[in-house]
Amino acid sequence: MTVAFAELRERADRRWQELNDAAWIRVGGGVSGEAAGCDEVIEAFNSELQSSGTSGTVSRVGMYGICYAEPLVDIKTPGGPRVWYANVTPEQVPELVAQHVKGEQPVIASAFGYEPAGEGQVLQGVTKFEDLPDVAAQTRIASRNFGHIDPQDLLQYIAKGGYAGLEKALDGMAPDQVLEEVKGSGLRGRGGAAFPTGLKWSFLSGNPAKEKYILCNCEEGDPGAFNDKAILESDPHTLLEGLILAGYATNSSKGFIFIRQGHDEPINAARKAVADAYEAGLLGQNILGSEFSYDAEVVLTGDSYVAGEETALMEAIEGKRSQPRFRPPFPAQAGLWGKPSNINNVKSLAYVPQIIARGGEWFKSVGTEKSAGTALVCLSGDINRPGLFEIPMGLTIRQVLDDVGGGAPGGKKIKVLQTGGPLGGVLGEEAFDTEIDFDAMSAAGAILGSGGIIVGNEDVNVVDLTRALIAFNQFESCGKCFPCRLGTTHMLETLDRVCMNKAYEEDFALMDRIGNSMKVGSLCGHGQLGYNPILSAVKFFKDEFDACITEHAGPVGSFADGSMITPNRTRP
Amino acid sequence: MASEVSESANDIRTQIQSILNGQIQPTVTVLSSLLAVQDVLHYLPNEAIEETAAFSNTTINEVWSVASFYTNFRFTPPGDHTYEVCWGPSCHVKGAQQILKCVQAELGVDREGETEDGKVTLKYGTCLGACAQAPVIAIDHHHKGKITTEIAARLARELKG
Repeated sequence: MTVAFAELRERADRRWQELNDAAWIRVGGGVSGEAAGCDEVIEAFNSELQSSGTSGTVSRVGMYGICYAEPLVDIKTPGGPRVWYANVTPEQVPELVAQHVKGEQPVIASAFGYEPAGEGQVLQGVTKFEDLPDVAAQTRIASRNFGHIDPQDLLQYIAKGGYAGLEKALDGMAPDQVLEEVKGSGLRGRGGAAFPTGLKWSFLSGNPAKEKYILCNCEEGDPGAFNDKAILESDPHTLLEGLILAGYATNSSKGFIFIRQGHDEPINAARKAVADAYEAGLLGQNILGSEFSYDAEVVLTGDSYVAGEETALMEAIEGKRSQPRFRPPFPAQAGLWGKPSNINNVKSLAYVPQIIARGGEWFKSVGTEKSAGTALVCLSGDINRPGLFEIPMGLTIRQVLDDVGGGAPGGKKIKVLQTGGPLGGVLGEEAFDTEIDFDAMSAAGAILGSGGIIVGNEDVNVVDLTRALIAFNQFESCGKCFPCRLGTTHMLETLDRVCMNKAYEEDFALMDRIGNSMKVGSLCGHGQLGYNPILSAVKFFKDEFDACITEHAGPVGSFADGSMITPNRTRP
Repeated sequence: MASEVSESANDIRTQIQSILNGQIQPTVTVLSSLLAVQDVLHYLPNEAIEETAAFSNTTINEVWSVASFYTNFRFTPPGDHTYEVCWGPSCHVKGAQQILKCVQAELGVDREGETEDGKVTLKYGTCLGACAQAPVIAIDHHHKGKITTEIAARLARELKG
């Protein structure tokens, strides 16, 4: 171990010991925690500890992922079990402080789960946290630290084994060996295209240019997906370590983390992580005393969905309108400011530290043969347990919905899923037995994409939902390619007719023609895939669309009481 | 009167210049400059476009092309408070349309923009990022989840004052 890292490790271990030597109260944060009211709970803990003269540390950790339980609090006293409390209100805080923090007696009646401090320790009447069905179903690699550490504290990340992968690489692995390890792991890009990450890196590593860039895409505009932002909010250093390792493997000079403005929590967490890494010698000149030098910067974009497309992303970093470029040249030849560049999704990079620390073979042993590792799925909509769950590839969609998500509330039937973002699919029950795996999903006409799964119960009108997706695609068309700019607008008008029960039978053939023109006539996925929601929705729910034309029953869904309220604009 | 106007215009120019020059990150572009100005002023006055063009050594046209493209940029001052309602698909299946309709009725507006007294800005969010807590709104960037039409209406009334 290098001297520089040994010193960091020692400081980190001391920090971890200090935290565990006193009462430690961890409250799940992130945007999801904020929306559930975690900040009010944190405030209540701080003021209660002070007014009752109780000592203890209150940390705003990232989200654990079980968002339905937020605000989620866990309390650990020295020698005692770690006990989680779900849906905590500020009113519960005085009791938790008096009984658990001060009295060291967990409040059994409100406990949600526990982790024993040592073997044999049992908390009667409470389920072990790891045995909760949605926790047990997970294999946490990229999200291993979620909810356990303060994302703002570099030392906590290191104490939990962080930067060990980077240290291992710099202290004995040549860049090519790191690249081979990633190639051998079978890791495929998590941004949607599922391209092998190692192969992508090799395009860049082979380029002899001096200045080369790794771009990390955290634009994540897909509604229903929040896993990229969650990684930044909950464990930004795991991404940063992956970004540095990608730079080392490809001999690059700088990494960029690209996020949309306004998402303050992930932005601030990423900025602090970068600043702390510079201070600790994990970024900058001669990282950890090695020959390798590398910089990193957080760059913001304005609101534009297409900015998440790899060439549009480079335009945005350069400060221009985020519209896609022509290819070739491909980014690995001429990318950001004309320099060779490689674009990676946050999730893809977040796996890399563990792949290097534990070996590519280990990663390959998780998941399925062609889709190694895990999927970070975001469940939302009509589901009992919405949240972010890291599951091994190969579970079926139904297993995720039932075992992890706990089915639909009120005993209702799950009727429709929207996966892969607004350019993805609208799926019916026939598709629920599909395995979550890149190839199985795309063969079924579904896209795993960014990992968002939006659930609709039997009451959801599919035509109405599809209209909302097309409204998004219309609003977000960047306007560069006219088949997309005009096509999405025309399609939206046609769908409005369908929803209003004023459609003509030819309208479906018309939408098909428009959709196909978009597919062949657009530069990027936004136009090429923009017809997907209609195509897949009609495939699974043809009867609902037919009913809008043949049975003149009146307007559907949001149109029943007026119209659907969506922004109305086309980019100039 | 005329001198007062030009003085306040000078003030805003000075302020914008100091924002532009205060960008400490390595990558400074037209977009980063516009984002920095809007972060402080909450909109882009004409002076911001002109000053950014001068600062970036480019044309007003080029700056406008960027400013008009990203939907977060606005060119008139917003209300004292911003009420953002998410209409993304997760929120959609959880009843976002009812919430939007109810907030519109409560604020007395029928589109995105300011209330008649200019106090509150209504904004439609394409995804506020807290999908597991749907339906979600954000008041002055503070997210609130599991919103009902009753809560949404009460919060709108409170903002209206």
